[in-house]
Amino acid sequence: MSSLFNIVKQGLGFSDAQVAVTGGVHPPEHKQESSSQPIGYLALPKRLVLPLRQHVGTLPKILVNVGDTVLKGQLLAEAEGNISAAIHAPTSGTIAAIEDALIPHPSGLPDRCLIIDVDGKDEWIAHLSLDWRTQDKTKLLESLRKSGIVGLGGAAFPTQVKLRTSARTHVNTLVINAAECEPYITCDDMLMRERAEQILRGIEVAQYLLGAKECLIGIEDNKPEAAEAMRLACASSPLNQEVTLKVIVVPTQYPSGDARQLIRLLTGIEVPADKRSTEVGLQCFNVATLLALHRYFDHGEPALSRIVTITGNVKKPANYEVLFGTPVTDLIQAAGGALAGTNDYIMGGPMMGFSLPSADVPITKAANCIIVSSPNLFAPVPPAMPCIRCARCADVCPVSLQPQELYWFSKSSNLEKAREYKLFDCIECGCCTYACPSNIPLVQYYRFAKSEIIAQDRSKEAADLARERNEFRLMRIEREKQERAVKHAQKAVGAKVEADKASTNETPISVDDPAMEAKKAAIAAAIERAKAQKKSLAPQNVSDPSPSVQAEMIEIDARREAAKIAVNEQASSQDEK
Amino acid sequence: MSRSPYLTSAPSVSVIMIKVLLALLPAVAAYVWVFGPSILVMLILASITALSAEALMLKLRNRPIKPFLMDGSALLTAWLLALSLPPLAPWWLVVVGTFFAIVIAKQLYGGLGYNPFNPAMVGYAVLLISFPVIMTHWPAPIELAQAKLSFANQLEYIFGASNSMNLDAVSMATPLDYLKTQLTLHHSVQDIVSAAQFGLLGAKGGELIVGAYLIGGLYLLQQRLITWHLPIAFLAVLALMAGAFYLADPTRFANPLFHLFTGASMLGAFFIITDPVSGPTTPKGKLVFAAGIAVLTYLIRVYGGYPDGVAFSVLLMNMCVPLIDAWTQPRVFGHQK
Ligand code: SF4
Ligand code: SF4
Repeated sequence: MSSLFNIVKQGLGFSDAQVAVTGGVHPPEHKQESSSQPIGYLALPKRLVLPLRQHVGTLPKILVNVGDTVLKGQLLAEAEGNISAAIHAPTSGTIAAIEDALIPHPSGLPDRCLIIDVDGKDEWIAHLSLDWRTQDKTKLLESLRKSGIVGLGGAAFPTQVKLRTSARTHVNTLVINAAECEPYITCDDMLMRERAEQILRGIEVAQYLLGAKECLIGIEDNKPEAAEAMRLACASSPLNQEVTLKVIVVPTQYPSGDARQLIRLLTGIEVPADKRSTEVGLQCFNVATLLALHRYFDHGEPALSRIVTITGNVKKPANYEVLFGTPVTDLIQAAGGALAGTNDYIMGGPMMGFSLPSADVPITKAANCIIVSSPNLFAPVPPAMPCIRCARCADVCPVSLQPQELYWFSKSSNLEKAREYKLFDCIECGCCTYACPSNIPLVQYYRFAKSEIIAQDRSKEAADLARERNEFRLMRIEREKQERAVKHAQKAVGAKVEADKASTNETPISVDDPAMEAKKAAIAAAIERAKAQKKSLAPQNVSDPSPSVQAEMIEIDARREAAKIAVNEQASSQDEK
Repeated sequence: MSRSPYLTSAPSVSVIMIKVLLALLPAVAAYVWVFGPSILVMLILASITALSAEALMLKLRNRPIKPFLMDGSALLTAWLLALSLPPLAPWWLVVVGTFFAIVIAKQLYGGLGYNPFNPAMVGYAVLLISFPVIMTHWPAPIELAQAKLSFANQLEYIFGASNSMNLDAVSMATPLDYLKTQLTLHHSVQDIVSAAQFGLLGAKGGELIVGAYLIGGLYLLQQRLITWHLPIAFLAVLALMAGAFYLADPTRFANPLFHLFTGASMLGAFFIITDPVSGPTTPKGKLVFAAGIAVLTYLIRVYGGYPDGVAFSVLLMNMCVPLIDAWTQPRVFGHQK
């Protein structure tokens, strides 16, 4: 029904999206509360806590020591490996500690953090804009590794990786994600209203680096001011002359801001599940990320802050530009403090966010929104009832999965079936849970099943590896034993020969001398031993080898032994010479 | 830690069930108008039986009683069954049927969400097979009845105080039944439908009830409690089947509208085949399922041994649901079919 409605709506020209929305939900938006006043600024906090884990990928390498004084913008930890992001000092101060502290992460576990005592001077390190239009792209990308910029839409994937193109990938169309489809969050909305031109500058950079021919900006129709601001900025942007530059308004329907969903809405292209979007000529960036690019390239400023929405059960919901590392408590304070009834702090939106272990965690690069929660805001979920197979979940699933089947398979630990029903295509958007009349925490089941499958795959891999290693080890031990045995035999024969020589001094060594005999005997013995050993080892090595295979293995082993002996023989005879 | 989404929108299972019960109210009112208030007694009987049986089974199975009694599913089963029985059926018929539906067809399979067969239809089929005479004796609508029964008379029928009274005296063959028997006597459909029990489209009086089901069904659609797939596919295929046969030989086959407006067509289309638990979940699967029921229903009506065939068709198609679901999986985003 909802899709029918959307088709009609589109037929009437209410949206410029390429295709009809499939699935998805439209929860109450609650964006008004935090978007009624301009972006604010926080006073410098006393202390900043910078987790090393603020992005997807390898942890960066720390470059400073406790006690170092650092300037604003100074590189504190550099990107390590391909997928990683640097970390900078958001303001000047001293490194007070490098230790584990609580970080905003669904696991709720502490992790390594750089802690800065802020000196209050906010003193910049020397920084210059890059004259990026005249520079070599590879150099620019190299320098981007030092920018610390990650996807600010919440995914926190290092941006430098996404701007690299390779032989296999090309980018024709740059999709700019300004959908901001999660309820409550307004940071991108406010950013576009206030800094549309700077975003356009960022688009210029990304377009230049990727060589895109087309830039499409997707905005949900519940942000008319932002769309208008972006349209104006587009009209006056020099980029307008070079490439197609368009603002496309899409219907407000969560999760339109999911990259693949938005790409489909704007271009009609469904990125194949087993491909990256760049393999079909598309790349997607969030508006805030683009603005960060602009700051880095045009002003030399690395990623130091972001816009964060603070909303929910606070006095004055709003948006603030917040330095990374600022305690969430400061932000709540700035918004007039948490109101009575507060029982939870959520990072992200109500559909995909997670509860913070405490309000004492820092704002990180991925933190787009803090919702101070209370039971009034988000009622506790009533106990789950059995699934009645009503398929409401399937109706709203944006990737056309059958959530009720996945639930059944996950619950009964039928992981193979779950995989077969494309569990790993689930984007964990939460639409299914949202629509379920039985209040089944479906997404939790999927997260669990996914991690189970991954763990199983890993342990299977590990087991395979261990088995291989063990087989190899047994082989080596056996080989060494045989070598030792052969050496012993040789030594014994050698000693005897010496003794013989000593007694019958003149006797010349004949062709069929005892040494030769001993060698033959040793080879025969080795073959025998190998046969015997193989028999006893067989069950461990190969589950059930056929007799012919077994014979072959024995033969190979024996030949190898013989060769070994011959080589040893040669070596020792050479030594003698 | 990650309990997102924090929002839910869905009406709870009990709200859904209550709305479906609400959607049945026009039909109940129509029943009272056409056959007198005896249906109310039957509904109450069935409800009490269903709730007691459900509570008893939950207790035996060590399940929490309150949430499951409150979900309204037992009540809905009871109502659907009561509305399928002849309105002057003896009390024990209602009790036995409901008990069977709840205990055997629902709870023994694991309760809400686990029953592979539509419980109301299981109850109905068991009664039809065990007590065919009572089950096919429908009272004449009040406007056609020779002897007008008072409410007290009706109660006597239900509670068996009137053994002396012959059911034949007040009953009248239903149009589907009458059509079938008369056709075997080589009367043409045109002659047959001029009999008293035929109305404009279907059964005299019965049409009113059918219309009430239609209204209730539209309410379900409007409330998005059901999707269009099942009722539309069922009614369309039934009409197509009937239309094709009718065109081939109008003297031997009734017209499509007659088939849509008699028997359990409307009740089935909107309330029976839409039972989510025992039906398919994919949109295409729903079309296949409903079409299958329509074809079987028509064949049973025309060639089978029973006047109507909705119940058996539903049960037969229930058996195919796992297959239908497996074969009609929709294409997942980013995958080839
Ligand atoms: S919405 Fe909930 S109850 Fe309905 S089919 Fe999906 S999981 Fe089952
Ligand atoms: S969480 Fe997964 S299964 Fe549920 S609606 Fe989103 S994509 Fe579909």
